[in-house]
Amino acid sequence: MKAFHLNRKQLGIPYAVFLICFVLAPLIVIIHYAFTDASGAVSLANLKAFFTSPNTIGTLVYSISIAVVTTLVCLLIGYPLAYILARSKMKKKYTIVLMFVMPMWINFTLRITALKEILTVIEGNLAFHPFLNTIIGMTYDFLPFMILPMYTTLINLDRSLEEASRDLGAGEFQTFLKVTLPLSFPGIVSGVMMVFLPSMTNYVVLDMLYNSTYIMGSLIGSYFSAYDWHGGSMIALVLLVIILAFTLISGRFEEDEKDRKGGALL
Amino acid sequence: MGNIIELKNITKTFKDGFEAVKDFNLEVEKGSFVTFLGPSGCGKTTTLRMIAGFDTPTEGEILLNGKDISKLPPNKRPINTVFQRYALFPHLNVIDNIAFGLKLKKLPKDEIRKKVKKALEIVDLEGFEKRKIQTLSGGQQQRIAIARAIVNEPEILLLDEPLGALDLKMRKEMQLELKSMHDKLGITFIYVTHDQEEALTMSDKIVVMNEGKIQQTGTPEDIYNEPKNAFVADFIGDSNMFNGVMTGDRKVRFCGHEFVCVDDIENGTMVDVVVRPEDVIITEPSKGLITGTVDSAMFKGMHYEITVLSGKNEIVIQTTKRSEPGEEVGLIVEPDNIHCMIAEHTINKIESAVNSDYSLDFLDGELKADLTEIIPGAVFKDGVLYNAHSEEIDVSKIKIIISITHSDIEMTDNLDEGLLTGRIINLIYKGDHYSYVVRVDDHEIDLVVNDEDLWNMDDHIGLIIPPECIKYSLKK
Repeated sequence: MKAFHLNRKQLGIPYAVFLICFVLAPLIVIIHYAFTDASGAVSLANLKAFFTSPNTIGTLVYSISIAVVTTLVCLLIGYPLAYILARSKMKKKYTIVLMFVMPMWINFTLRITALKEILTVIEGNLAFHPFLNTIIGMTYDFLPFMILPMYTTLINLDRSLEEASRDLGAGEFQTFLKVTLPLSFPGIVSGVMMVFLPSMTNYVVLDMLYNSTYIMGSLIGSYFSAYDWHGGSMIALVLLVIILAFTLISGRFEEDEKDRKGGALL
Repeated sequence: MGNIIELKNITKTFKDGFEAVKDFNLEVEKGSFVTFLGPSGCGKTTTLRMIAGFDTPTEGEILLNGKDISKLPPNKRPINTVFQRYALFPHLNVIDNIAFGLKLKKLPKDEIRKKVKKALEIVDLEGFEKRKIQTLSGGQQQRIAIARAIVNEPEILLLDEPLGALDLKMRKEMQLELKSMHDKLGITFIYVTHDQEEALTMSDKIVVMNEGKIQQTGTPEDIYNEPKNAFVADFIGDSNMFNGVMTGDRKVRFCGHEFVCVDDIENGTMVDVVVRPEDVIITEPSKGLITGTVDSAMFKGMHYEITVLSGKNEIVIQTTKRSEPGEEVGLIVEPDNIHCMIAEHTINKIESAVNSDYSLDFLDGELKADLTEIIPGAVFKDGVLYNAHSEEIDVSKIKIIISITHSDIEMTDNLDEGLLTGRIINLIYKGDHYSYVVRVDDHEIDLVVNDEDLWNMDDHIGLIIPPECIKYSLKK
């Protein structure tokens, strides 16, 4: 009797079904709604509305500002921390890394609620500093995602490269600028990706910290709750394109990195 | 020519207490090719790192042209390094890698371009300027690493096992090229390797190191032909090592025969005898100084490697003539091919295994010793031995060295009284006492015993060893 044998194609069937149901089908539905009007006719009105409405453009700008500032703050706190941790000879450094990563294991709403209480004690009324509070909340939420990839890159960095730089006449700071920083760039890129993209849409932080301004996530939600499927889908699609563009750009850096690793195997 | 660099009483102790380099003294002549040779962990790389400036000596000073540089950071030293794994910058292309040091010196662009071009010519990689490091083979990366170092025109070039990652053919080629590069550039080379052949091929001067100490410094010929001690003889080239005793004027006894040798060492001294495998001549049994049986014969391309058992001694011989295993042969060694070195041990050292009941195997007897005293951090718990990390110690994997000072052993007529029995195979009067060599019964082990009384050659005696005089240490 011939043994029952699955070939590669057959093994792929469940994944194909999954992709069709949960990725492809929703995407088609979104595209369909985005480019039709209420009567079901094909129309570019939604696209036009997105780029002409001060409401949507304003939200996009606000979302991007929050994402940019959050990313910068995370980078400024995260890189020195990752660097110090990667370089320290402390025996306890894994514990410290763990302490920064541990909040990721605690329920997100719980953490933000705790933060809200602390900020209320400090500020009195949260409504006075909505932008600042949002940045604090986002930074608190996403900092571990920034630290981890940078820490991993820095700890795997070949220390003899820094020694080579010193040997060739570079001082400590020159070595950091010319060798350490460029070589930790892949870690920075993936950290930025991990923080920038979600902070553009994570409206729960704003909601919970009483920031009533919309960002992209909450804007889409508001369209859908008003039964405007067409307008909401178009916003979702535009956001998707922005994220795709961003991913493609940063993907380039990662390809460089792959080259490098492949080269080292030769 | 004068000395470019001098290392004076250099000691390096790491934070965990490990003494990597001990009292290291060396003078390097300007323009010479010096090699640090030794097994891994012997301190050669640490010494190199101290010269480069990556490590600071705990004690002692490093003089470059007479000035102490031991506290100077690496970027302030006119010394460049070729790293073991090349350490080329993966984010820069070939030209930027090589120009790294020159750009830091803020040289004009034209000059940088000229110098880089010349460096690439020296390493034979013209036209590789724009290539990415990742696209280069191991050998090419090696050459770029050399170019990156020499382009700065350092006073000393340090090379840390630079050929270790290359295949054999490539390595041979690079050895010759490095040598000719050294002749051409006139830069002082300090080279680190564990490959004795590499060291012998390239160096003007070899520094043989072991356990952080210099064992011998000399030209390749000196080191090969006149090894100073058993370690050097064993590490450089293949060699047969025997325990011997000087038995007269230029006469040495080993392998059960009295050989004529050329070393003038005082009668009665314990010596280590080295005979190179290519210096043993195989002949008919009747013509040999000693006889033996061929144990194995292996073809090695250039020669056969033949192992002969003579009594309990194993002798390795390299010859172009094949012998069959089982064949009876005679062996001859010319007097000037027998190299005797005064044995360093004034203490009898015997290696011992540990039995599963934690007693020590001592020749035929057993010794009780406190293993927790011998193995650092070890503790007994419920009759099981644990190490400092609370893991059970597998005693079958450890060996204990038993040391007994010559004068602590007492000889007796009563064979039952002694811990061991043996026969006197050599004796010599040393002014106020006699020094005996006793061969322990049923073992190939000779013990040196000092005694004030006169015994006769071939006397069968018992050896009394007071337990408190036996010292134990863990073999690494």
